[in-house]
Amino acid sequence: MSATTAGGGMPGAGAADEPYRPSARRLAREAHRRRRARRAGLVAAASTAITGTALYLAVVESPGWPRFRETFLNADYARQALPRVLDGLWTNLQLMTVCGALILVLGLVLALLRTLRGPAFLPVRLLATAYVDFFLGLPMIICLLIMITGVPALRLTGVTTDPLLLGGAALVLTYSAYVSEVFRAGIQSVHPGQRAAARSLGLTHAQAMRYVVLPQAVRRVVPPLLNNLVSLQKDTGLVSIGGVIDAVYAAKIITAQTFNYTPYLVAALVFIALTVPLTRFTDWVTARTEGRRHQGGAV
Amino acid sequence: MTPLDPTRPVLELQEVRKAYGPHLVLHSVDLVVPAHSVTVLIGASGSGKSTLLRCANLLEEVDDGAILLDGEEITDPETDQDAVRRRIGVVFQQYNLFPHMTVLENVTLAPRRVHRLSRSDAEARAGELLHRLGLGDRAGDYPDRLSGGQQQRVAIARALATDPRLLLLDEITAALDPELVGEVLAVVRDLKEQGMTMVVSTHEMDFAREVADQVCFLDAGTVLERGTPEQVLGDPQHERTRRFLHRVTGRGRFTAR
Ligand SMILES: Nc1ncnc2c1ncn2[C@@H]1O[C@H](COP(=O)(O)OP(=O)(O)OP(=O)(O)O)[C@@H](O)[C@H]1O
Ligand SMILES: [Mg+2]
Repeated sequence: MSATTAGGGMPGAGAADEPYRPSARRLAREAHRRRRARRAGLVAAASTAITGTALYLAVVESPGWPRFRETFLNADYARQALPRVLDGLWTNLQLMTVCGALILVLGLVLALLRTLRGPAFLPVRLLATAYVDFFLGLPMIICLLIMITGVPALRLTGVTTDPLLLGGAALVLTYSAYVSEVFRAGIQSVHPGQRAAARSLGLTHAQAMRYVVLPQAVRRVVPPLLNNLVSLQKDTGLVSIGGVIDAVYAAKIITAQTFNYTPYLVAALVFIALTVPLTRFTDWVTARTEGRRHQGGAV
Repeated sequence: MTPLDPTRPVLELQEVRKAYGPHLVLHSVDLVVPAHSVTVLIGASGSGKSTLLRCANLLEEVDDGAILLDGEEITDPETDQDAVRRRIGVVFQQYNLFPHMTVLENVTLAPRRVHRLSRSDAEARAGELLHRLGLGDRAGDYPDRLSGGQQQRVAIARALATDPRLLLLDEITAALDPELVGEVLAVVRDLKEQGMTMVVSTHEMDFAREVADQVCFLDAGTVLERGTPEQVLGDPQHERTRRFLHRVTGRGRFTAR
């Protein structure tokens, strides 16, 4: 690099020409961080080993352990159960996807109905509120039983008696109430000034909702919605009480034939394997939203 | 629509009354805002300036009296409120920009969704406006990347994008650092030169004196005193006006500099 402009350049221009060399202070600081990270790693490993050993001994030394291992941890039965449990799991996945989509739509509609103002909408508002109150309070298992056993007992013509559809309907009824509360909280968290600004520009109530309030509300409620999805995924297992052959029922059938409970454990592990990625994804989305809100902090 | 009469006021308030519960905020307020004039509202905190502006834009319902826009009563329950708001631009103290939209999207939202302009027309016009307000290079930014003064200028651009008949500015510099106040007030000055009809509430007395054609001093929900800036700020008739001016300026009255 030539230095023909020496003396006439911008102040500090010379410094930019020189390659940056970290100062001794920075090097010391980084070395210290590395040492601290190494020590933290050692502490974590040691405490994990100690905790793990203690748990292992507590379980293995328990008086019922040999019997437990026989009925719950039998490798042969596990191998035999896995394919059938996975077959059943396909039903759970279908239920989760279809119900999840319906729940989102119905939940959003319920939340929006409750934002309508004016006397003409009073009955709509009341109905939506009553619906949400009812299904928020109704235990999931009772809702399922009523749908799966009660509806067929009515012998309505044209209404299905398929426990899979009825169980799915029960999930939609209950979860849409939860999800509508999540959406409603999101809508209420948008500052009233946003709505005032939108209406001042001449946007109608519906346009203000659609272009200004909802986009902000939905962004804020993505993490709690994903939590609801995780919990829905597990609750799809409840439709087995109606005799739907899902992962849980598949395990139950084998257990009934063999009097060995290993298939249940297999089903449990399969569900956990499914929810863990979803939970991690939720964490990631939450962290990303948070990160965007307060950017550039060391805390 | 009735033909435009140049002498007819753009905005007129007739004995407007507004209470929140037992608390009377506006008490028989009369106001006439002629076309191409600037009316400045001054008054202590809580005297009802924001409430008056919110009523004029139908964000609040008046309890009694009437508000007329271009001679048409807009407080009539039969009026199309959205149509009225389309003709009035508002800028708030807290900007109220839409944080999930870029500057350009903020400014083009109403032209596109309310006035049904094509995207390219709306963007061309918004670009022009932003350029005029010194924000030509910030069109793609999100509001939280801008300084307070820049955000407030975007809010002004957003209010102007629909070619409003009347502009309501509610303490638009109150949330700004002192060094940013100037850039926003300069925009208002330009708008006055272009003949925009405005109603402005402010605590900046020097600014009030400079841009106002009419100054109204609000006190406990009534217009206690009104007139040219020279009259109201320079030679107040009421004791309460004098005391207010003394408090906000540290002097008894404005002397012609
Ligand atoms: N939504 C509301 N509900 C109840 N009281 C209100 C409401 N909005 C305003 N007020 C009251 O009305 C009075 C006038 O308020 P307003 O905001 O118009 O005052 P202002 O003159 O704009 O004051 P500032 O200079 O502080 O902005 C205040 O006493 C306030 O407490
Ligand atoms: Mg105010």
